[in-house]
Amino acid sequence: MPSIPETKLAEIKDMCGQMRLDLIKLLHSIQTGHPGGSLSVCEILATLYFGIGNVDPKNPKWEGRDRIVLTKGHAAPMLYFMLAEKGFFPKEELKTLRQINSILQGHPCSKTTPGVEVSTGPLGTGLSAAVGMAMSLKLDKNPAMVYAIVGDGELNEGTVWEALMSASKFKLDNLITIVDQNGVQLDGTCEDIMPMGDIGAKFAAFGCEVLTCDGHDIANIFDTIEKAKTIKGKPVAILANTVKGKGVSFMEGKSAWHGAPIGKEHFDEAMRELGGKA
Amino acid sequence: MAKTIREAYGEALVEFGADNPRIVVLDADLSGSTKSGIFGKKYPERFFNLGIAEANMVGVAAGMASEGKIPFINTFAAFLVTMGLIGARAYGSYSNLNMKFMGAYTGLSDAYDGPTHHTLEDIAIMRALPNFQVFAASDASNARWLTKNAIEVEAPMYIRLSRGSVPDLYAPDEKFEVGKGKILREGTDATIISCGIVLHEAVKAAEILAGQGVNVRVVDMFSIKPIDKELILDSAAKTKFIVTAEEHSIVGGLGGAVAEVLTEAGASVKQAFVGLNDTHAETGDYGKLFQKYGLDADAIVRKTLAGLGK
Repeated sequence: MPSIPETKLAEIKDMCGQMRLDLIKLLHSIQTGHPGGSLSVCEILATLYFGIGNVDPKNPKWEGRDRIVLTKGHAAPMLYFMLAEKGFFPKEELKTLRQINSILQGHPCSKTTPGVEVSTGPLGTGLSAAVGMAMSLKLDKNPAMVYAIVGDGELNEGTVWEALMSASKFKLDNLITIVDQNGVQLDGTCEDIMPMGDIGAKFAAFGCEVLTCDGHDIANIFDTIEKAKTIKGKPVAILANTVKGKGVSFMEGKSAWHGAPIGKEHFDEAMRELGGKA
Repeated sequence: MAKTIREAYGEALVEFGADNPRIVVLDADLSGSTKSGIFGKKYPERFFNLGIAEANMVGVAAGMASEGKIPFINTFAAFLVTMGLIGARAYGSYSNLNMKFMGAYTGLSDAYDGPTHHTLEDIAIMRALPNFQVFAASDASNARWLTKNAIEVEAPMYIRLSRGSVPDLYAPDEKFEVGKGKILREGTDATIISCGIVLHEAVKAAEILAGQGVNVRVVDMFSIKPIDKELILDSAAKTKFIVTAEEHSIVGGLGGAVAEVLTEAGASVKQAFVGLNDTHAETGDYGKLFQKYGLDADAIVRKTLAGLGK
């Protein structure tokens, strides 16, 4: 299995630092959007878009592309930073996020935003769509992979488990589900709101091979996905341990920062931590 | 005996889907009832049984549609427009994906299974979704054409397929058009606009009325969205009284769609609504349910005569 080249690793790390900073600036300026889950999913998305995934921004519908589905659609701001960095649309568009006439809707929309595979937002629906894509690719004998990123709060939705049943029935080894396991949902910790017990055991019981990784360690994410790709005959789930609000200490692990607007004082503090200018 | 609507649909899937690799057929453990199984037997590699998990089935279909497939999604309409609604809204409607929602056992046609299995609100729900086209099959020939049309036209669609048996209204090769109603009978005293199984009651009602010297136009409005505005307004101008008749709640269904057209155009015409009067029905014989809940030919005759002051 290939591991990620050092230069590539350093490049993606730098990129993540810059995108965290730019994301906080943007969400502060528009006073809307979800910081917590955007910050937790940063390295997962960056590893997929810049390390593993085979996508072509010049030809977003290229048949051979890997399909990346952010089923936890509220982390749209971070997805948009990835897509802009990759070149799916000009970076200037980012400042229009959540504003009228923007191509960047509050949650990802496949109709308006190049690079968004399917619209997501209603939690639990994206994984089903990813299953359908993987089934369709198999039917067409297309070797592309489907990567679906779900939140751990999203696992409350019953459709996630329906989707896994079908992924397992149809032996979708071209589907890798990555759980952004930040332990916190909107109203509180996952443990308080809806304790899911042993999530790995649940995924295994639904027919998945289960791997774990540090969801902020790019080399570890990379290696784990490469390993997942070698597993045949069943879908793979990767439990990526992450921290909600990662990188901004007062946001870390706090449900209050799921979707709260970032005021002046908090913004200044975040900028100091992320090494940016307010 | 005429072919049932669901058999005509299942056979049409085979007929038009045979050589089209884009056609995929999904069912939620009801393929024997919906008749999607006819396709499944012939083309098992393009038939997917997703089990009793309708919301997931619709999401899976969305993923297939985003890959260029034309998914036909089958289950009882009662579950398709409820459990399947989140995906219908996010993917069919909002994302405008080319998905075909095939609602089986609509209206009261799953009579003995009772109100949990009746579908009296599906037209209202599905026509409220932007981008969706909504149709109700009125006989075997119409069901066959609707299936062919669903393959040819890139749009999310909801198609109402009854379980009931009906005589043939149309020749097997009848030509239909999206957004164009069919005039089955001409008359100048009133117009009955109907669809699906109740349309057959409307035809009977027209005969009864003719015996009493009342001549009504009968329209098959199988294309509920887009609807035939021209024909509705022409009927309003010519007959001065409109009766809508449907196997659906009178709230938000075909009657509502017709009323929207009439009101917006300022047509000064009275409209009577034949349908379930904001109520669920009950378990029982299909024909007797039609009598008790006022959907049969006699009910249509009564409402027509009352509206004409006779």
